[in-house]
Amino acid sequence: MVDIPEHLLQRSAEARAKALGISIEQALAEMKGESDPTVVSKEPEVKIIEETPAPAAETPAPLAETPAPAAEVTPVKEEHAAETTEKVAEVAIEKKPAAKAPAPKADTPDEVDFAPEVKVTQRLLTVVKAKPIQKAASEPVDKVNTWPHLMLPEFVSLMAMTAFLILLSAILQAPLLEEANPNVTPNPAKAPWYFLGLQELLSYWDPQIAGVMIPLVLGIAVWMAFPYIDRNPETHPSKRKFAIMFYTFFLAGAGVLTIIGVLFRGPGWNWTYPWIDGIWFDDLLDWIHFE
Amino acid sequence: MQKLSLRDRIKEARVTAGDSFRGGKLMSSIFRPGSPFRKGYVDSPRNRSYVVMNNVLYHLHPVKVKRHGVRLSYTLCLGGLSFFLFIVLTITGIWLMFYFRPTELAYVDIQALQTDIAFGSLVRNMHRWGAHLMVLVVFLHMSRVFYHGAYKAPREFNWVIGVILLLLTLLLSFTGYLLPWDQLAIWAVTVGGNMAGYTPVIGAQAKFGLFAGLEATTATLLRFYVLHVLFLPFIIVIFMAVHFWRVRKDGGISGPL
Repeated sequence: MVDIPEHLLQRSAEARAKALGISIEQALAEMKGESDPTVVSKEPEVKIIEETPAPAAETPAPLAETPAPAAEVTPVKEEHAAETTEKVAEVAIEKKPAAKAPAPKADTPDEVDFAPEVKVTQRLLTVVKAKPIQKAASEPVDKVNTWPHLMLPEFVSLMAMTAFLILLSAILQAPLLEEANPNVTPNPAKAPWYFLGLQELLSYWDPQIAGVMIPLVLGIAVWMAFPYIDRNPETHPSKRKFAIMFYTFFLAGAGVLTIIGVLFRGPGWNWTYPWIDGIWFDDLLDWIHFE
Repeated sequence: MQKLSLRDRIKEARVTAGDSFRGGKLMSSIFRPGSPFRKGYVDSPRNRSYVVMNNVLYHLHPVKVKRHGVRLSYTLCLGGLSFFLFIVLTITGIWLMFYFRPTELAYVDIQALQTDIAFGSLVRNMHRWGAHLMVLVVFLHMSRVFYHGAYKAPREFNWVIGVILLLLTLLLSFTGYLLPWDQLAIWAVTVGGNMAGYTPVIGAQAKFGLFAGLEATTATLLRFYVLHVLFLPFIIVIFMAVHFWRVRKDGGISGPL
């Protein structure tokens, strides 16, 4: 049987009750095929209304409990205790014997005398659930064609980057010192610039290296897991001030340590001033000699 | 009958020849329908879609993107530039491989590259500065993503892949650092490898594995070379593919703020 939501059944019953001048419970029972269809007369069966103890229900729960004339109501009540309202509706419909389906109202149009032009011919046959077949996954977004609106700027920036790189390579010579010699240690020996912040950090806690490396390894793990740690769904900077502050501090710290490592560290990893003592950073050899 | 001047007849012949070439079988076989290089391309919404859809580019870009995402100030093209620099580095790197042997001769080869080989110095410089630039651009890309909160749901996992890509970029740059086999290279790598030796628990093993011994030797050079030209690019390409794919699957570019 069709699963008719209880609230629709209720609404339909109310309309029918209003049209026929009977109680809602009565209308409901008729629609469920539990009682014979009302033959409308000038005197609605008011007495029946008085006899039904439950008032017109707002929620589907009392509906199932309504002592409608049909006998099979009680099992519904038991089922209802545990099941959802939809389940109740399903049960209520399912126990309707098909044979007892009332004849359409159209069969007895002559007996409707209170409003001859109104022929109560409709009957709730089925209800299509209010679920659209195609569901819009998200709000429509303002979009533009990738070609040309994205691909042209991309192309231009790639060309600009190429030009910049060729120009840079034409002007600045990549460093090449003497051949590698494991027996001659330069002083200071510096890592590539992106590790110099780390090297600088390690120089502070040399004896307790584990105390630095463990946080670093953990730091990478935390870095990767960051989206799972930061559960704040906001993206606007004003609503995620802590995260912004955190990252900015990290950036500043890494930047300062790297600059110190690159420019301010000389022989023996001692503090030097680049404008007084010179720069010990061979990767920028050509930059330094450029002046 | 209007008589055409010689110049007009030449012009007409040129246009006709051009059209018949562009509309011919050869060009039609090369350029798929909707390509601007095919004859009869007109600027229409349908053709703009085809430019992407009927093209290998469709694996990178959707047909349409969010309007705010094409503003240069939103992404600064940093992700695209990272990828582009990787391509530049691949091309220059393959070129350099023709002239480089990862043995005791490495240093001599670099010297020859700088002095004997046409454009050798330029290509080597491009490879080196491009590598530094890539580290920088990838880092800036990560910062951009962070400040936009673009790592938030549903893009959490793509952030994880992005961090892996950053680490792989650093590793690629670091392994390449040794290859010139000069004093700068060997001692920078020694310092870096010693830092790896401070890794808790597996420090000694990590250092031994990295150096292929206790210190930087030509064995280390070969090891770094293979890592640099084969192993790490292979890995990073896989992660990049997943990274780009996830960008699209997670709903394109993030935002607007």
